[in-house]
Amino acid sequence: MAKKIALLQGNEACAYGALYAGCSFFGGYPITPSTEVAEIMAKELPKTDGKFIQMEDEIGAMASVLGASLTGAKALTASSGPGISLKQELIGYACIAEIPCVIVNVMRGGPSTGMPTGPSQSDIMQARWGTHGDHAAIAVAPASCQEIFTETVRAFNLAETYRMPVQILLDEINGHMRERIELPEPGDLEVVSRQEPPVSPDQYLPFDPSFGDVPPLAAFGSGYRYHVTGLNKAADGFPTTKAKLVDAEERRQLRKVEANRNDIEKNEEYLIDDAEIVIVAIGTISRSARHAVNELREQGVKAGLFRPITLWPFPERRIAELADQTKTIIVPEMNLGQMILEVERVTKGSCALHGIGRVDGEPISPSQIIDKVKEVC
Amino acid sequence: MAFDYEKYLRPGKLPHIWCPGCGHGIILKGLLRAIDTCELDKDNTAIVSGIGCASRLPGYVDFNTLHTAHGRAAAFATGIKMAKPEMNVLVVGGDGDGVAIGGNHFIHACRRNIDMTYVICNNFIYGMTGGQFSPCTPTGDRASTTPYGNPDPVFDISKLAIGAGATFVARTTSFHATQIDKLIAEGIRHKGMAVIEVLDDCPTTYGRRNKFRSVVDMMKRFKELAVPVAKAATMAKEDLEGKIVTGILHREERPEYCEQYAEVVKRAQNL
Repeated sequence: MAKKIALLQGNEACAYGALYAGCSFFGGYPITPSTEVAEIMAKELPKTDGKFIQMEDEIGAMASVLGASLTGAKALTASSGPGISLKQELIGYACIAEIPCVIVNVMRGGPSTGMPTGPSQSDIMQARWGTHGDHAAIAVAPASCQEIFTETVRAFNLAETYRMPVQILLDEINGHMRERIELPEPGDLEVVSRQEPPVSPDQYLPFDPSFGDVPPLAAFGSGYRYHVTGLNKAADGFPTTKAKLVDAEERRQLRKVEANRNDIEKNEEYLIDDAEIVIVAIGTISRSARHAVNELREQGVKAGLFRPITLWPFPERRIAELADQTKTIIVPEMNLGQMILEVERVTKGSCALHGIGRVDGEPISPSQIIDKVKEVC
Repeated sequence: MAFDYEKYLRPGKLPHIWCPGCGHGIILKGLLRAIDTCELDKDNTAIVSGIGCASRLPGYVDFNTLHTAHGRAAAFATGIKMAKPEMNVLVVGGDGDGVAIGGNHFIHACRRNIDMTYVICNNFIYGMTGGQFSPCTPTGDRASTTPYGNPDPVFDISKLAIGAGATFVARTTSFHATQIDKLIAEGIRHKGMAVIEVLDDCPTTYGRRNKFRSVVDMMKRFKELAVPVAKAATMAKEDLEGKIVTGILHREERPEYCEQYAEVVKRAQNL
């Protein structure tokens, strides 16, 4: 049977991806350029007995998402730079209390109100280090509308699998761009459901490490009564300041991502095998980079593209390998040098490294990348 | 027969962290009596709090309990209630948590008239942080951040709740221990946002800075100042100055938020 085809905006594809993944709760606060996600969810969720609520502020939106998730719902919020900054308090709460949820960030420039309708990739570091304290982070950065759909489904799967917040980074251009999408039928894409506790309520501890690094999360109202707090806690969920317990919990929560990089990481490599110049780019800018690679190849320059689809955890092993086999890495990004810091950290000077930064609300064009390649090689 | 508080408490999580003389224990017992009166099922009840002394209460009680970030309890509770309307949702917290940092969530929960019971323990101070003034610290009083007297006007939590749209609002004090459970029970039975303000004594960080030499002094003050709402209705405005009006201050019927959203679902599905 022919696939159902639709012409969808990136933000719309994100909302439909969430519905495909089984999202049944959206709590949000309107902010440009993310509003279409909320608008689609407001329209679609009640049709499937899901719930949409527009909260009084960004923090409230994030709080409602966490409350809903604790009842067992797959929960989503969508925002943009300044709103994500406000949500950070409770993104940290989601980390320590290990509450699955998905947060869409359609990035806009900053700091502060910045350029509300302009594209940007300036929350790369905010997605990793926005909240306080040590914690793991998962963020995906899709490039096309089709991929926004599938990565949104994957973001929910990762959130449920690892019991933590997962961020989806769009960049206004792909959030508002319209593309042809093949809509997957039910069953085409894997949809992961939350693991039920394998023990009876009287034996259940919400953070029991004997279950492994990701203890199952029982739903409020399902007969499993337990305590959740934002304080450092022991396996039973109650606060503790015992050094050994706090340390073990903190390390377990980092480990659940670190030890599962193979499952979480996803990259695209294009003409990389013999490349002497590798362009590392995400989201919309990776599309300019792909175009640049094609043109450079036509001109006899051995260029290739490495595109992290999972941005966090950062694909450090693969980039380190690429740095060993290539002469030059170029990092174009719509900010003044965030992702290049990570590339620099993992390549440790083993190849030449150049960045292209742009913060004027214009995308980085293929010709800008080609010019840079010619300038440095 | 004596009331069996233990059936609702978590063995091993006591003693509580509250100071000797603190009113939170009286409110905890009142809350449990109210829950018992209303026969709430432990599995189907969530108790949510923010940060502060009063917000530690959920840790001691055997329900689905959620100790959230400072001020955010009402917003978390809204998510729980919206996602699972069949759950009984209660919120407990202090004055600073509820109407300073959490003020926005508080007034909007009232506006929505979402079906939850918010017990707000108003002890006029930030106790856990060491006695800084709150929006409810009386003007002129001393706190660690108002060493020359508090210049700020006071928030009247109950009036705020009524103004914001809560459909059940009641007030009492930690002296009126037997009234606490009755008012909370009325609040639980009420369909919609119920706010029960309990004026509460904090001897450690409020009392000792403000000439209340003992807990008894604070309790006596609550006793002297309290005026039941029926009596207050017969009193002149100037005679009510400085008094604490207690009892059910406001009750109205207005569509509840989750029920309103159920109508949205019906329209979306053309049912």
